[in-house]
Amino acid sequence: MENIIYIEKEKFHDVALEYREKGYDFLRSLTGVDWGEEGLGVVYHLENIATKENVVLKTLTLNREDPHLLSVADIWKGAEFNEREVYDYFGIQFIGHPDMRRLFLREDWVGFPLRKDYDMSLNPLRMTNEETSNATQYIEVLPDGSVIKHRDLLFDNDEYVINIGPQHPATHGVLRFRVSLEGETIKKLDAHCGYIHRGIEKMCESLTYPQTLALTDRLDYLGAHQNRHALCMCIEKAMGIEVSERVQYIRTIMDELQRIDSHLLFYSCACMDLGALTAFFYGFRDREKILDIFEGTTGGRLIQNYNTIGGVQADIAPDFVPKVKEFIKYLRPTLKEYHDVFTGNIIMQGRTKGVGILSREDAISFGATGGTGRASGWACDVRKRHPYAAYDKVQFEEIVYTEGDCFARYMVRMKEIEQSLNIIEQLIDNIPEGEIQAKLKPIIKVPEGTYYAAVEGSRGEFGVFLESRGDKYPYRLKFRSTGLPLVSAMNTLCRDAKIADLIAIGASVDYVVPDIDR
Amino acid sequence: MEVKNREYLEEMVRELRKEGTNVIIGSLDEMINWGRGNSIWPLTFATSCCGIEYMSIGAARYDFARFGFEVTRASPRQADMIMVAGTITHKMAPVLRRLYDQMADPKYVIAVGGCAICGGPFKKSYHVVNGIEQILPVDVFIPGCPPRPEALLYGMIQLQKKVKAQKFFGDVNRKEDKKE
Amino acid sequence: MFDFGIITSWIHNWLLSFMPLGLATFIECVLIGICIILLYIIVAVIMIYMERKVCAAFQCRLGPNRVGPWGTIQLVCDVIKMLTKEIISIRSSDKFLYNLAPFIVILASVMAFSCLPFGRGLEVLDFNVGIFFLMASSSIGVVGVLLAGWGSNNKYSLIGAMRSGAQMISYELSASISLLTIIVLTDTMQFSEIVMRQQDAWFIFKGHIPAFIAFVIYLIAGNAEVNRGPFDLPEAESELTAGFHTEYSGMHFGLFYVAEFVNLFVVAGVASTVFLGGWMPLHIAGWEGFNAIMDYIPSVVWFFGKTLFVVWLLMWMKWTFPRLRIDQILTLEWKYLIPISMLNLLIMTIIVVFKLHF
Repeated sequence: MENIIYIEKEKFHDVALEYREKGYDFLRSLTGVDWGEEGLGVVYHLENIATKENVVLKTLTLNREDPHLLSVADIWKGAEFNEREVYDYFGIQFIGHPDMRRLFLREDWVGFPLRKDYDMSLNPLRMTNEETSNATQYIEVLPDGSVIKHRDLLFDNDEYVINIGPQHPATHGVLRFRVSLEGETIKKLDAHCGYIHRGIEKMCESLTYPQTLALTDRLDYLGAHQNRHALCMCIEKAMGIEVSERVQYIRTIMDELQRIDSHLLFYSCACMDLGALTAFFYGFRDREKILDIFEGTTGGRLIQNYNTIGGVQADIAPDFVPKVKEFIKYLRPTLKEYHDVFTGNIIMQGRTKGVGILSREDAISFGATGGTGRASGWACDVRKRHPYAAYDKVQFEEIVYTEGDCFARYMVRMKEIEQSLNIIEQLIDNIPEGEIQAKLKPIIKVPEGTYYAAVEGSRGEFGVFLESRGDKYPYRLKFRSTGLPLVSAMNTLCRDAKIADLIAIGASVDYVVPDIDR
Repeated sequence: MEVKNREYLEEMVRELRKEGTNVIIGSLDEMINWGRGNSIWPLTFATSCCGIEYMSIGAARYDFARFGFEVTRASPRQADMIMVAGTITHKMAPVLRRLYDQMADPKYVIAVGGCAICGGPFKKSYHVVNGIEQILPVDVFIPGCPPRPEALLYGMIQLQKKVKAQKFFGDVNRKEDKKE
Repeated sequence: MFDFGIITSWIHNWLLSFMPLGLATFIECVLIGICIILLYIIVAVIMIYMERKVCAAFQCRLGPNRVGPWGTIQLVCDVIKMLTKEIISIRSSDKFLYNLAPFIVILASVMAFSCLPFGRGLEVLDFNVGIFFLMASSSIGVVGVLLAGWGSNNKYSLIGAMRSGAQMISYELSASISLLTIIVLTDTMQFSEIVMRQQDAWFIFKGHIPAFIAFVIYLIAGNAEVNRGPFDLPEAESELTAGFHTEYSGMHFGLFYVAEFVNLFVVAGVASTVFLGGWMPLHIAGWEGFNAIMDYIPSVVWFFGKTLFVVWLLMWMKWTFPRLRIDQILTLEWKYLIPISMLNLLIMTIIVVFKLHF
């Protein structure tokens, strides 16, 4: 149960600014909620980088027809996309937001799907091509209280705008960029998300807690364990369930294996995007070995459905421990091979060094956690900031680079593989005996309140915000996407870069699109 | 990997052609279909989880190049087959349809995974197309969430068989009716 | 060493025995044309098959192995497939240029291909400006690429075409200069002469250091000229989907695809002819017995062996390196390769003037 500070909507911008000045630089999560009668509002999770203190703010509006709130996009850059998401879901318009467009849904979508009174029949499948509007909306409130909307042009008519995606080999899924070019130099970039927006958060509101677990694996399929871990942890925290030591260890090992898996895939895809196709196959070859280990215990390759509320689905397979050890022994020298094949290559270094620099301030402001943030010098590892599971029992180094360029982002991930191996090595021999599943009531009900739990996913902080009204269904479940801040930073990262750099940057920030769109 | 041979497609063809076909056209047909069947180039297209498994079958362990799926083309004009690997949402549906329209005939569609077949776990969502058959003609369905690479390979081999069983002249190579 | 010139002159005389010279020449032209096109196709098939197998080997895969023994007939399937694919016509594209482009590319490629001396007495176009003609005809290809990019009314294609324009024309320079380095050594541009002068030792040994530098520069520049990795920017699959041929389908695309591989063969063929002695067997001055044994291996085998070796080198390069960025490509050419090759040419000239070569 979190302590939420309610702030009136008129004062919100000033209060937020105060918090920012007090050192609350990191906007962890921004969640829109429809409280029904009580109004529509937004919950903000802030963290003080220096003291690691957290504070939760909340503001709301009673007007359901034409709701307005003040934007904080000028305080935290990461709020820009999050507020667009809230607008998309709930129709809350943010005053002072530079670009109030829908983020995920089509421009011609009717209604706001995450409102409790949304009618699904309003939006049948439309097969007409979506017209991309070239105008942004800027809402300003005049001193007399009236609201006016400006429309600004996104791209000038004589700009050479090319469209990258949704079907493009280098967008890692169905992300779409509109890029304005001058020669080969990028002048402006406009990201379009939502091509794989599946409405998972809304679906969760009609599913029981154990059912919602299944959907988390499909958010970021390269962090299936970690995502599920976060949700399980959040529910366990809410219900006060103690998880046995054994489960903690298993979860930690699985998370780290998953991280290696994801980073290997990152390596493969980065190589492929930069044109070194052969290295792609090396990454995939070794990734199969992890999948074998997963398969032995969980039965799944990509989607494992392993964590449950209060435990894990099944005990580890008998050959799990030796197989993991064998894998660690195998991967260490192989990593050196990776560096020989790709990292040391002069072309690769030329393509990535000094390209797409993200400053530390920007990384924090955007909330770009994970490898991207750590490459910019921001020690943002949740495993260190707020240790969970068995992470307080192991020694590992948080890899931080200060360059903030593509090469640093690449190196952070490559070094993290080694750290993950270290963590697994420390745990694998000491898995304690114990239960793998805590005793629970047949129907799981979470006590009323709001809860937030976060894990370090493969590509950043993956948070779960849960608001419960004491039912067996969540009232509102929001997943803090690890990829959304990265995509919102793309415009900053790509300014004055070449098209080829866009590909390198996209590869190095390592987003997974279904995780962005949810 | 041994692929279990289910010959119902071939049997069907045999039955259909019992009456006999024109010698020249028939054997030309057979040759062309043999060629087409063994050289199906997929489009680089994936939306979500299944896409990773699709990458896996291209990679070292499963290696679909063995069967002639070698060249994945990023341009729909040059691809023969689109593997719809992953969920198709309302926003994506027109794009997918357009991709399909951009492909050159003869073209084939494989629906991979629960999402593409019927909406899968997201069936009740407000933004998910419940089965791509609403928007595209599908040739092979590969169920699973996501299907294993072996399943994907099996499905692709089924498509090869299907292509080989088709009639090229007067069927596949017909001009598309101009419907306005 | 068997001289294929005997066969060709026998055919010539046989034809002359019952028809006038004009008609005989005409028939010979037709025959040679057919042979060249057939050989072209065979080479294309071999190259594509080789590319697939080589890249599979680098990538710990098997490559095609289901159709025919070791997948050797896979390419036949691909060709049949390509021939039966629909050729899409693009709305509001420049129809004429769009359809013309692949043919220009393939024409340039065939012309360059026919210059190669495949074996002793097997030169088709053998005249005193052979290398010059080859360079000239192979650079027509860039026109086709530009037309393809312009004609398809697609932004990706246009960017790809512009890239390839900048790249191919730039790299033409250092490729030519490095060939010029050897021409300074040989004082001829005729292919048959060039090969004959390597009878005692190949030029890469004869011209020692400058020749070796020229060889390396030629390989890099040649690789860039045929748009292959790490210089495959005009196609740059992960950036521009398929670059200048994004909008081409069916056999139109097939022509681009085939031309790319045969151009690679041509580049390798020129490299092996000019630097590695072409069809000339490995001779070491003084070792008569060894030379005699080497002469037993047919000249055609020598030529294809050397060329495929160079092709393999280029493939190795392609499948190892990441792709360069456009500004890096131009920097590499204008700031490094051209000055080096100019200097190299100068050194070679000095060597030739003072007779320092072997």
